[in-house]
Amino acid sequence: MGEIDVKLTADVLVIGGGPAAAWAAWSAASNGANVALVDKGYLGTSGATAPGGTNLLYLPPDQKLRDQAVEQRFKGGGFLSEPSWTYRVLDQVYINLERIEKWGYPFVRDEEGVPQRGHLQGLEYMNLMRKVVLKAGVKVLDHHPSLELLVDEHGVGGARGVSRLDNKEWEVRANAVVLATGGCAFLSKGLGCNVLTGDGLLMASELGAELSGMEFSRAYAPSAAFGTITRGRLLGWATYYDEEGNVLNSDGNRGQILHRAVSEGRTVYAMLNKADTPEKQAILRSSHAVFFLPYDRTGIDPFTQKFPLTLRAEGTVRGTGGIRLVSEDCSTTVAGLYAAGDAASRERLMGGMSGGGAFNASWAICSGTWSGEAAAAYALAQSRNAGSRDLRPAGRYGLQAGETSGSVAVGAPASDSSRPSQKELVAAVQQEVSLKINYFRNVPSLQGSLARLNALWPIAGSFSERGGIQQRVRSREIAAMAATARWMHTASLERKETRAMHALAEYPEQDPNQLHRITLSGIDEIAVRYDKVPGSSA
Amino acid sequence: MIELVSDDRCIRCGICVKVCPTHVFDADAEGLPFIARQEDCQTCFVCEAHCPADALYVSPYADVAVDVEEESLIANGLLGSWRATVGWGPGRTKLASVDTTEFINRILPPRPGSAAR
Repeated sequence: MGEIDVKLTADVLVIGGGPAAAWAAWSAASNGANVALVDKGYLGTSGATAPGGTNLLYLPPDQKLRDQAVEQRFKGGGFLSEPSWTYRVLDQVYINLERIEKWGYPFVRDEEGVPQRGHLQGLEYMNLMRKVVLKAGVKVLDHHPSLELLVDEHGVGGARGVSRLDNKEWEVRANAVVLATGGCAFLSKGLGCNVLTGDGLLMASELGAELSGMEFSRAYAPSAAFGTITRGRLLGWATYYDEEGNVLNSDGNRGQILHRAVSEGRTVYAMLNKADTPEKQAILRSSHAVFFLPYDRTGIDPFTQKFPLTLRAEGTVRGTGGIRLVSEDCSTTVAGLYAAGDAASRERLMGGMSGGGAFNASWAICSGTWSGEAAAAYALAQSRNAGSRDLRPAGRYGLQAGETSGSVAVGAPASDSSRPSQKELVAAVQQEVSLKINYFRNVPSLQGSLARLNALWPIAGSFSERGGIQQRVRSREIAAMAATARWMHTASLERKETRAMHALAEYPEQDPNQLHRITLSGIDEIAVRYDKVPGSSA
Repeated sequence: MIELVSDDRCIRCGICVKVCPTHVFDADAEGLPFIARQEDCQTCFVCEAHCPADALYVSPYADVAVDVEEESLIANGLLGSWRATVGWGPGRTKLASVDTTEFINRILPPRPGSAAR
């Protein structure tokens, strides 16, 4: 690259376009900061929330109900969460959902007139959030993927990237940056997940930030075998069949039926025949409408006809690992850098188990709100304008050599014709997070996978293909995905037990001596340390 | 994956180019969007919901391209069907305002086993 075409300065830069980014931008702007938001896609459609719907961790202010929820979560998350964080999420999300209703979201009411705020339709929610963010005065830059952060000895100072619609190079300088780039789902085509390639984890790690909980990344979601609608809740009304038509879940449990079949190459069919009246079918259709799209469009009546299922990787998106947060304000170990939503480790709220989308959706709302507020306060307290700082671009992986003036891009030049194509690199990384390796985890298989990923890293972590902006962005995404897979397997091998979402065949029991979080840092070399769970006796 | 931009219906507003989160569309000199990178389509259907002219069709097949014919999509009521379901467009009821998700546990099927899901 070379010349920067568009230069901006703000107090707070938010990177991302899903709910966490929207809340962070709104929150920072509401706290007096001048805010820019840059997203790879479009604020309002980007990410796992917009195309479908999302349940929320939401309870009325009833102490008994909340105590039960917190206790349940503490156990379900393998005792790695902090109850105080679960309580503060319950408090904050209640306030913010009242706000959403005030802003115009049409929550339905039950027979007693009580608003039902535990579920949001994604398109409506994110369309509303876009309007709210714009109204708050945030400068929104869609289709502006970030390629790297800016840094100096005082901490983070903004980001650089490209504008996909007009081929321009941009730079936004800001004294505080919120990473709300989502998790990593490895381009699996889970609903809305293909913008979620771990970019924020890589950017943060290049600045020396730590990651935590990367072993809690064993999430796969069911969709039609030919489709993308990764919504499993309605399969609670399904009977599962094998290829010969035998019923597989006669005990009412779906358990690992689908996981085993998909990893062994067998097809499982489902039929929603437990919704056996037109009234029940209508209720399901108005709840998860998007679920029915693939069937309606292929002429399958899912209530009376069988349809084939598959599983799509959701990696850290429905997992809980990500950038380690050091304080209640969602700050990281890097000065000025904050993380929100699925880019952040969610262990403090939910330990090692996300329990579906509900916790993550409420987390996005709360972590966005807290990080935005803290980023605004931090930025406004700085005496020096970010525009006058002596910042350098910090990106090292997946970037073109000499792409930015200050960066030292690693790896061989991309002109080497023996290099694998980007398509091949994506497939190679995806293979290492397959069900066989990453769901049915065992030590030798994870070790073999990590060795292959390490061998691939010099290629996957360097600039992979010349071409246009798409190739430049994809090159960076490949580096982020390969790094994420390496972090996941490193942490999974380190946790020699079975706890919450993590399971290791050789160690099927929870081990009281491993009641700690696993913290990683570094990219070429990954350092591991154990982090005490605040409040625990271990 | 996205399979159709209807020349007849498209009003050249450019919304699909903007809202597609994976940047699948480009527009030609006349402002008519075309499918420039079909392989990047993540089959999320958001472009359809946002298209005010019901000019787009996303096939539910995520990994294979299929042939579609505009006339038969129209005849089968599929052009614009997702936007209608979401309840966007003049005079429509928003899906969010008739969302039944909070009530589906009332019709949970009886469970033969006692183990938790």
